[in-house]
Amino acid sequence: MSRQAQAAVLFLIGTALLHAGLTNLYLRYVKAGLQPLLLLSGGVLIVAALATAWYEWRRARAEKAHAEAHAEPEGEGHGGHVHREPRISWLLLLPLFALILVAPPALGSYSAVRTGTAIQQPYGLSKLPDSNPLTIGLVDYATRAVYDHGHSLGTRQLKVTGFVALDKSGAPYLVRMALNCCAADAQPVKIALTGKIPPVLQPDTWLLVTGTYSAKQTKDPVNNRPIPYLQVTEAKPVPTPKDPYDESWNQ
Amino acid sequence: MAITTEPAAPTTETPPTPESPPEPQAPAKEPQAPAKDGWQLNSPLVLTMVLLLVVLAQGPIRTALSAPVMQSWMTVFVAVVVQALPFLVLGVLLSAAIAVFVPATWFTRALPDNPVLAVPVAGMAGAILPGCECASVPVAGALVRRGVTPAAAIAFLLSAPAINPIVLTATAVAFPRNPEMVLARFVGSLLVACVMGWLWTRLGRTDWLKLPAHEPHAGETKGAAFWGSVRHDVMQAGGFLVLGAMSAATLKAVAPASWLRTAADNPVVAILALSILAVLLSICSEADAFVAASLTQFSLTAKLAFLVVGPMIDLKLFAMQAGTFGRGFALRFAPATFVLAIAGAVVTSAVLL
Repeated sequence: MSRQAQAAVLFLIGTALLHAGLTNLYLRYVKAGLQPLLLLSGGVLIVAALATAWYEWRRARAEKAHAEAHAEPEGEGHGGHVHREPRISWLLLLPLFALILVAPPALGSYSAVRTGTAIQQPYGLSKLPDSNPLTIGLVDYATRAVYDHGHSLGTRQLKVTGFVALDKSGAPYLVRMALNCCAADAQPVKIALTGKIPPVLQPDTWLLVTGTYSAKQTKDPVNNRPIPYLQVTEAKPVPTPKDPYDESWNQ
Repeated sequence: MAITTEPAAPTTETPPTPESPPEPQAPAKEPQAPAKDGWQLNSPLVLTMVLLLVVLAQGPIRTALSAPVMQSWMTVFVAVVVQALPFLVLGVLLSAAIAVFVPATWFTRALPDNPVLAVPVAGMAGAILPGCECASVPVAGALVRRGVTPAAAIAFLLSAPAINPIVLTATAVAFPRNPEMVLARFVGSLLVACVMGWLWTRLGRTDWLKLPAHEPHAGETKGAAFWGSVRHDVMQAGGFLVLGAMSAATLKAVAPASWLRTAADNPVVAILALSILAVLLSICSEADAFVAASLTQFSLTAKLAFLVVGPMIDLKLFAMQAGTFGRGFALRFAPATFVLAIAGAVVTSAVLL
């Protein structure tokens, strides 16, 4: 890849990173805390692209002036291209296309069904507000249902948001992917649904489910970890949240 | 100088993804560039054509990629690249600054003359580079070019991603009930880094190292040298990063997670299984502690092996090391690191856990 082409690729990658960082696109792939670093590195790449183009232009001009001063050209390719540029750089076009043209969605039911639930024993539960109905994170609900046996939940109406995943037998789960750093380390936390479940559930539909704590539990067939149930009274489709992942483990 | 043809090989070996049909042919045309007249396929032209083709064909490309397994693959692929790029840029800036602004004599004065002593000093210095492994590869490359003994640079390369404060804090957060994991990770990683450095002073041969030359052209200003180094390192290490991200995404999207359950039952198999998993998953060292903590059915020793092996050698790192130090180096370095890292983790856990 010549230096002009490298400058173009650097510029495009920098722009793609800025674009992803300034919209909510980056939240599909990495944790929210990475935003300042993303914007900074996008800016650095754009500056590097401009610097490359500028020095390339100056070099070309200097060479031309040099060649005109000595009427005799002293061999072609005498300039800076004595060593060839790395060819592996062409691979950088792949994430560029993936990010700009395809912008794949956040991990969904496909990964959720293949991976075991990542529920973890908490080392202390924070006090919940007394409101009823209570809006609660899916990971928080699952943790309290399994390790606190629902004591802090009581018989309150709970509002939980997650996406639908169906296991091999067609049983519906409400899932949220929990994330520490980027989608490569995202792991699902699942709750099973019982009660008034909508008759037709499409995988990857986002639902706001209203329901109450249920003491019933099942085991995730993938890793034998517990999956609590939620007694559903109402379920309505909602748009994908701004941050599709649960980042509560980062706090 | 001689190395530049080598990185071409991995490009052809990678599974061709549907979105990039024109690329493999493109580099082959490049050597014709010196011809100055008439029509020719130089890389800006190829780049423009590739971009245009992909934009025109984006409808069919999107349909082809809408299968769940492809979507999941692409999400993980993009995530690994987007997550690692800022740290790579950070490391590349630092390495360019070392190469251009820090005089070579500074390192000879800062490090002990005796390589046996320089190794632990460089290993400890790894604690001040806050970031993950993508940043340490270009910095270690710049150190070697600056005349630092390779043994010390290796100790730095291996220790930096594992013992810096950010990673140790993440480990403490991920293992709230086992604070000794933080100490074990620090000691184990530093131990392995130093042993690898000392091993290099005994067995290492400088002709294994093929550092792509960055020699400044006569009359080049410091600014030109700095940005030239940034451009070169981002393009090269970035290419290898993409290669590593592709293999990590393939594993995550295709391999079943259930085989881990059987591996956890045997203590020896468990350690081996998590070490191999660390190599294959190529997770950023700032996040690997959380993944290790989630593998609840495994022993603490196996988890420590996961945490010591991962930041030192994984698919993404191997690709980047091959790009920075040459394939001959990476092929010898990777297996030695893998074996020693497991041994180091087992010894440390026997003493501390």
